[in-house]
Amino acid sequence: MTLQAFLLLAVALLAVGLYGALSQQSIVMIMMGLELMVNAVIVAGAAFWFFVSPAQPDGQVVVLVAVTLMAVEMAMGFAVAIAIFRSGEIDMTDMAAELRD
Amino acid sequence: MTPVGQGAVWTVLLVPILLGGLALGGASFARVLDARADGRRVTGAVLAAPLSATGRLLVQQRRAVVASDRLLARTGVVLVPVAAVLAALVVPWGNVAASDLSVGIVWFNAMEVVTWAALWMAGWGTNSVWGLVGGYRFVVQGLSYELPHMFALITVATGAGSLRVSDVVAAQDGLWFVVWMPVAFAAFLISALALSFAGPFDTATGRDVAGGVLAEHSGVDRLLLLAGRWLLLAAAAAMAVALFLGGGSGPLLPTWLWTVLKSAAVLGLLVWLRSRTATLRMDRFVEVGWMVLIPLTLLQALVVAVVVLR
Amino acid sequence: MAEAVIFWVCAAGAVATGVAVFRVDSMARATFALLASFVFAATPLLLLGLSYLGVLVILMMIMEMVVMAIFMIMLMMNPAGLMPMSMVHNRRGSLAIAVGTFVVLGAGVLLVDWPQRAGTPPEDVTFALGEALMGSHMLVMLVIGLGLFATIVSAVVLAHPRGRYDRFGDDLRGRPADDPIRGGVGR
Repeated sequence: MTLQAFLLLAVALLAVGLYGALSQQSIVMIMMGLELMVNAVIVAGAAFWFFVSPAQPDGQVVVLVAVTLMAVEMAMGFAVAIAIFRSGEIDMTDMAAELRD
Repeated sequence: MTPVGQGAVWTVLLVPILLGGLALGGASFARVLDARADGRRVTGAVLAAPLSATGRLLVQQRRAVVASDRLLARTGVVLVPVAAVLAALVVPWGNVAASDLSVGIVWFNAMEVVTWAALWMAGWGTNSVWGLVGGYRFVVQGLSYELPHMFALITVATGAGSLRVSDVVAAQDGLWFVVWMPVAFAAFLISALALSFAGPFDTATGRDVAGGVLAEHSGVDRLLLLAGRWLLLAAAAAMAVALFLGGGSGPLLPTWLWTVLKSAAVLGLLVWLRSRTATLRMDRFVEVGWMVLIPLTLLQALVVAVVVLR
Repeated sequence: MAEAVIFWVCAAGAVATGVAVFRVDSMARATFALLASFVFAATPLLLLGLSYLGVLVILMMIMEMVVMAIFMIMLMMNPAGLMPMSMVHNRRGSLAIAVGTFVVLGAGVLLVDWPQRAGTPPEDVTFALGEALMGSHMLVMLVIGLGLFATIVSAVVLAHPRGRYDRFGDDLRGRPADDPIRGGVGR
């Protein structure tokens, strides 16, 4: 186990999440992609803590912030999804295009 | 009393045996209570009813609905007893814990939350509306009991100043936590019934939805779900002993025997509550959980925090 | 040695189940594949000695994914995947961007001269985290707390269809509140 191995795992998770967030049409699936990307941040934060500065707690704090970010992202994402679904039976991003007009 | 220590590796194998024995005893006791409530005589057949039911389910043919999601259903069914055993790994029996993790309390909580996913998968995977309704009901129940349960655990951890279960037992050397954390203890017992979907919290497998999550499970699958439910209740009872009732401390008898006796007593109380209470509808329990239990457990945590700081 | 094996198995599992999220037809399976990916990614954290954060990630993700499964079933057209349908746009472009990101960042990971390790982990890692959050990193804790509170309020405001005028009437004097579900504390 090295720092490079952990970072490669994080980069792979980030790429998979990025693909999902860009290619999916459904709001819920996009959020799953975002969650995967935040997961990559968790892995990378933990790796930097252990392999670079284990004496300082900053890496752990980053992981905790990322976990909280995930909870916030999901709660707000679902709230917005429910709100726009109520306003017009929309559950896909391409249908929510009136925001553009 | 000697402090709790990390047991040898083979003690992990003892956990399912001890837990299974407790669960079997609890199931037999439940049958006895049922028989007495019905006015039947308590015979050997009633006592052995869980065993004979096990044998019957083992040889029963499995059936499946068309287009059921076998992968998720099987995973969910297996996860229920596995989660119970994993949760019980951190429970000290006497002065030996199979796995005395530094974050034992969080581990117990995480493993017991596995039941949420497991029951939902078991309900969804059978491609039956009753199973899905049962799974949804358990999630609602989980969202109502989990926060009081967590606050009860946090209260204990605050009182002991540690997340390690052996430290919690050691901190109760003079005074058991149940004496000065009665609200947390009560909330823990309520959530023990709720997390094993037993007694008043059995709407996930309720008769009004033809058995809910259990509706379409037969044979070994059904056995694993039913056994997992009893194992979860037994694990929660054993954990209640370590967290609130001083673990293995007691006069004369060896510590492991005290742990078993106390766990059996808590399990007996839970089984008695289970048979004496009527099923609680989930739309009612949600509000009780959020409006009554959460403020009460928060106040309890505040009181304990003040006592610890003083 | 054993740790390295566990790490690589978990890393492969995390990426494979992460890919499975966007490949399977059943939304229930997609959600639990994501959960498996999180559990696989949390296990290396346990290997690094971050027992509290690792178990916390597992605990939180199980609860989050069960809630997510409910929303998936509620909002998707074809939750069980019995009639496979494509719900993607710009697949080729997304794939190119994702692969490009992986190549560029991966090359960076391998080529950058990372700093040497300084110091050793403290005796009790969880205690160090708690002390940092309540001491030197208090601001982080405050922001997290306020952020979560603001999230609770705004999520309820956004998602709840009924306001106080629906519950208490136009003059806000209707008691008890007119709720579709009466609840359990005696209203």
